[in-house]
Amino acid sequence: MEFLVCISKAPDTTTRIAFTDGDTRFNEEGVQFIVNPYDEWYALVRALEIVEAQGGKVVIAAVGGADCDPILRKALAIGAHEAVRIDVQPQDATQVAAEIAAYAKGQTFDAILCGKETIDHNSSAVPAMLAEHLDVPCIALATSLDYVDGKAVMTRETANGIEKISVHGPLVLSAAKGMAEQRIPNMRGIMAARTKPLQVLAAQGAAPGTSIQRFALPAEKAGVKLVDAENPAELVRLLREEAKVI
Amino acid sequence: MNCIAFIQTKGGQATKASLEAAGFAVGIGQTVAVVSGELNGDGGLGAVGITRVLQGAGDLDDSQLGRLVSAAADQEGATVVVCAQDHLGKAIAGRVAVRLGAGLIAGVTVAPEGESYTRNVFSGKASAQITGSTDRLVITTTPNAIGMPAASDGTASVEAFNTDLGERKVNILEAAAPSTGGRAPLPEAELVVSAGRGMKGPENWGLIEDLADAVGATTACSRPVSDIGWRPHHEHVGQTGIAIRPNLYIAIGISGAIQHLAGVNGSKVIVVINKDPEAPFFKAADYGIVGDAFDVVPKLTEAFKAL
Ligand SMILES: Cc1cc2nc3c(=O)[nH]c(=O)nc-3n(C[C@H](O)[C@H](O)[C@H](O)COP(=O)(O)OP(=O)(O)OC[C@H]3O[C@@H](n4cnc5c(N)ncnc54)[C@H](O)[C@@H]3O)c2cc1C
Ligand SMILES: Nc1ncnc2c1ncn2[C@@H]1O[C@H](COP(=O)(O)O)[C@@H](O)[C@H]1O
Repeated sequence: MEFLVCISKAPDTTTRIAFTDGDTRFNEEGVQFIVNPYDEWYALVRALEIVEAQGGKVVIAAVGGADCDPILRKALAIGAHEAVRIDVQPQDATQVAAEIAAYAKGQTFDAILCGKETIDHNSSAVPAMLAEHLDVPCIALATSLDYVDGKAVMTRETANGIEKISVHGPLVLSAAKGMAEQRIPNMRGIMAARTKPLQVLAAQGAAPGTSIQRFALPAEKAGVKLVDAENPAELVRLLREEAKVI
Repeated sequence: MNCIAFIQTKGGQATKASLEAAGFAVGIGQTVAVVSGELNGDGGLGAVGITRVLQGAGDLDDSQLGRLVSAAADQEGATVVVCAQDHLGKAIAGRVAVRLGAGLIAGVTVAPEGESYTRNVFSGKASAQITGSTDRLVITTTPNAIGMPAASDGTASVEAFNTDLGERKVNILEAAAPSTGGRAPLPEAELVVSAGRGMKGPENWGLIEDLADAVGATTACSRPVSDIGWRPHHEHVGQTGIAIRPNLYIAIGISGAIQHLAGVNGSKVIVVINKDPEAPFFKAADYGIVGDAFDVVPKLTEAFKAL
């Protein structure tokens, strides 16, 4: 089995978000970057588990500048075999998907695994775009992946219920919770990662489809109104008469 | 401007998230709706200002739906395609964008105003104004963010829409009821009761279920609670679980870590019940009760039942 896992760089989950240049740019100063949790915990780990059981390899790919190399090394330390970085600072999902598709078209992967979304842009857009470029099915928000008689079998939860589905042939999926458990890299993995191949490819020059004009921080909350623990009926009254949510 | 709204149906009726998307599209321009499969009358679309519905074949997979919607956009000369950022929207909006050579603005949270669209970024810790840089644009709307369009008394005409959809590649082996039972799925739920490690163990979740029943809410939990297996994975809300934006979020025995808040900060009203007055969650709350959940929750349940 050969898997491509799409890895993106994301600000650590505890990051205090701030902007610069007249609120047009995310202020990266002092920000710690991590592998996007969905890509690492769910997509990458599941691909590794399947390869460990059935043989094969896991290639990881990121679209980004040299600032992505540390997170690619981290994913290699967890167990991925090879890394590819497509060397351009992407502006949006359209550009990312086109660049990964251009690379993947020249390769033969059984499946391409993405996270369900990046925790900075939260668009859940790349996987379906990638699937359309490659003309393969996209299983969005899959919660499991197994190979049974050479066929990919997955589960996903839709508005209509939980579905168990199968796809014959290559596919793209986006991984949600349930797919796998987080793995902590060990010393051996970290050492091995230093010498694993990390190939840097020139970008194809795909154009973005959108541009960010301005960021804004949410308005502060007015402050909490406390209700006496002995009188929860008062809370119900406030929710009904003041907040009007019930 | 001509728009297409892709509508998901359930039992022949447009889902609430799809009606919100349709209303959003109507706010941009002349909108034609597209559905796949069975429709009950006009599926409720006339009431949100849609006058024409194109009805495609049913039982389509994501790739076929992408073709259906793109073909409708071509036929109608639409420059904007809108659908809900729900499970299905996440599977097909990107496909339509690639087919049409359109940029995609996903998860818009504010009604349309001019050329720029507002969406949340950094897991709700900030928002961004985005513009398209392509001739056509695909927009998805976050469920329960924009609100339902004002009702009109119109009805929509329904016409069959046939186009080459290619073959189906995804096979459904089994389908089971949603994990939330009869309740709204979390991403679309308007009322949510959620609990954390403060509940001490899975045996105490009866208290949470009872309150959720009295409120008519969907249940959720913090990440450690689902990691230890006290509750199923699909209840985990937060930065690494599901992002929700209900009208009311009641958080019981949850400390309010930044990763938890990132998934619930879109809630209109937050109620926190915690025995520690210093719990960070109180800073993000609208209403709070400082007290022991084991005393407060049963009383609160009774108070809701008395409504
Ligand atoms: C990368 C990363 C991603 C993460 N993603 C998520 C995520 O998506 N969602 C998420 O929830 N967490 C996430 N976390 C974990 C998060 O940091 C917190 O650890 C977690 O939210 C804490 O869960 P909790 O509030 O249930 O438990 P605790 O922090 O243990 O808090 C329990 C609370 O219950 C209160 N309490 C105790 N007993 C009672 C009682 N009898 N009555 C009332 N109150 C009581 C306590 O005062 C305390 O405030 C993530 C962490 C990391 C590092
Ligand atoms: N720059 C990138 N490089 C590689 N993969 C990416 C990149 N951006 C997004 N992805 C993948 O696409 C998924 C969804 O991202 P998004 O559409 O931005 O929410 C992520 O979880 C990654 O798996």
